[in-house]
Amino acid sequence: MKRTIPLLITFIVGLIVISSEFIPHRPFSMINSTLENWYLSISGFAIVLGLLSLVQVNSSKVYHKAENWQYSLASLVSLVVIVIFGVLWGMEDQRGILGNGEAISAFIGKKPFDYLFDNGITPLSSTMFSLLAFFIASAAYRAFIIRSFESNLLMITAVIVILGRTSFGPMLTSWLPKSLSFLHLPNLTDFILTYPSSAAQRAILMSASLGIIGSSLRIIIGLERSYLGSDE
Amino acid sequence: MVSTMSVLGTWIGVFFTLSIFSFLFKDNPFYKFAEQVFIGLSAGYGLIYLIYNVLIPNLFHKLIFDFSHNVILLIPATLGLMMLLRLIPSLQWLSKYPLAVVIGTAVGISMLRYMQSDFLNQLTATMINPLAGATKVEIVGNFLLIIGTICGIYFFYFSRKKEGIYSVPSRIGIWFLMISFGASFGYTVMARVSLLIGRLDFLLKDWLHIIK
Repeated sequence: MKRTIPLLITFIVGLIVISSEFIPHRPFSMINSTLENWYLSISGFAIVLGLLSLVQVNSSKVYHKAENWQYSLASLVSLVVIVIFGVLWGMEDQRGILGNGEAISAFIGKKPFDYLFDNGITPLSSTMFSLLAFFIASAAYRAFIIRSFESNLLMITAVIVILGRTSFGPMLTSWLPKSLSFLHLPNLTDFILTYPSSAAQRAILMSASLGIIGSSLRIIIGLERSYLGSDE
Repeated sequence: MVSTMSVLGTWIGVFFTLSIFSFLFKDNPFYKFAEQVFIGLSAGYGLIYLIYNVLIPNLFHKLIFDFSHNVILLIPATLGLMMLLRLIPSLQWLSKYPLAVVIGTAVGISMLRYMQSDFLNQLTATMINPLAGATKVEIVGNFLLIIGTICGIYFFYFSRKKEGIYSVPSRIGIWFLMISFGASFGYTVMARVSLLIGRLDFLLKDWLHIIK
């Protein structure tokens, strides 16, 4: 019962959504848009669930004074602070429960939530990703090390694309005669991106879409039920 | 006061930037602290964004200000609350019902969307006359596009062991995939370096005022 009804719900809902594509008339079109709205709202609660789980895990670490609990506390405090700011005074042009917080905005130059976003999240996220610029060098060494024809292809393409998209690339091949303009690095980069790279991307997209269609069908007809977890 | 807060904001940004960069030396408390603050702030930002842009306009606003016309929205509201019951072990099974609605809708939508945009549209775009190109480069490119797409798809066909002559298209498919991965890798490197330049620009211009 705990599994059969959810499986039945998935089947019916999936069938309605698919049918609405082929029967674009009421009530199917209406049911479809209603389901899509419900999907947005329920998924929203799923994200809230993930957040509550994060709070639960970190609170437990702090409560039991587990190893490195101080960092969990930092995570919890920053989460609570930004949520309180967002709830009280809103974000961007959205009003919070205390309104737009004109007084505090005049004091710090913008809404507290946006202040934290600009001075906390933005530097943190961009620095975190820029850190990869250093590690990608060692990854490049491993990826580019000439072991086979395939790794050569990868290396050569990456070098051409990097050079072709910087000002150094055109400088390198600017001496080429017009008859060999095809080999001019920016032109070669454009060619690679427009044809062979697009062909591979297309193959990946089409193959993945076939896989997704197959998996979706398996879920709708109930062959794939791992998303429901165990019988507990 | 605004300028003081602006300076404070810059210093906060500098502290976090240097804390993250300190990982290049080795893992240390500053990095761990900044990492955890990043997790907390990002999760909080996600929640607030979700509340203001999804839950309030699609659910709460309609239920509070126009309840009589939106009684049906009590169903997703109830299902959403049932989703949260996953945190209570004895009532965990109730979260399977909203999950079933979400999964059913998601697979229905994604199946149609992928079939249309990623399969049929890409298939149509590949069905071109290769000789219709205006230049020799375009004609060669068109042939490469068709051959690469077919061989790439053939590579992903795993239902039969590819031996002898059957392994040739698969091998050609791998070459095309490698070219594509190389291009993606090149772009990733450039994006990361661009971010690094942005951070250095922030430190040298906004903080130290060394460059203008």
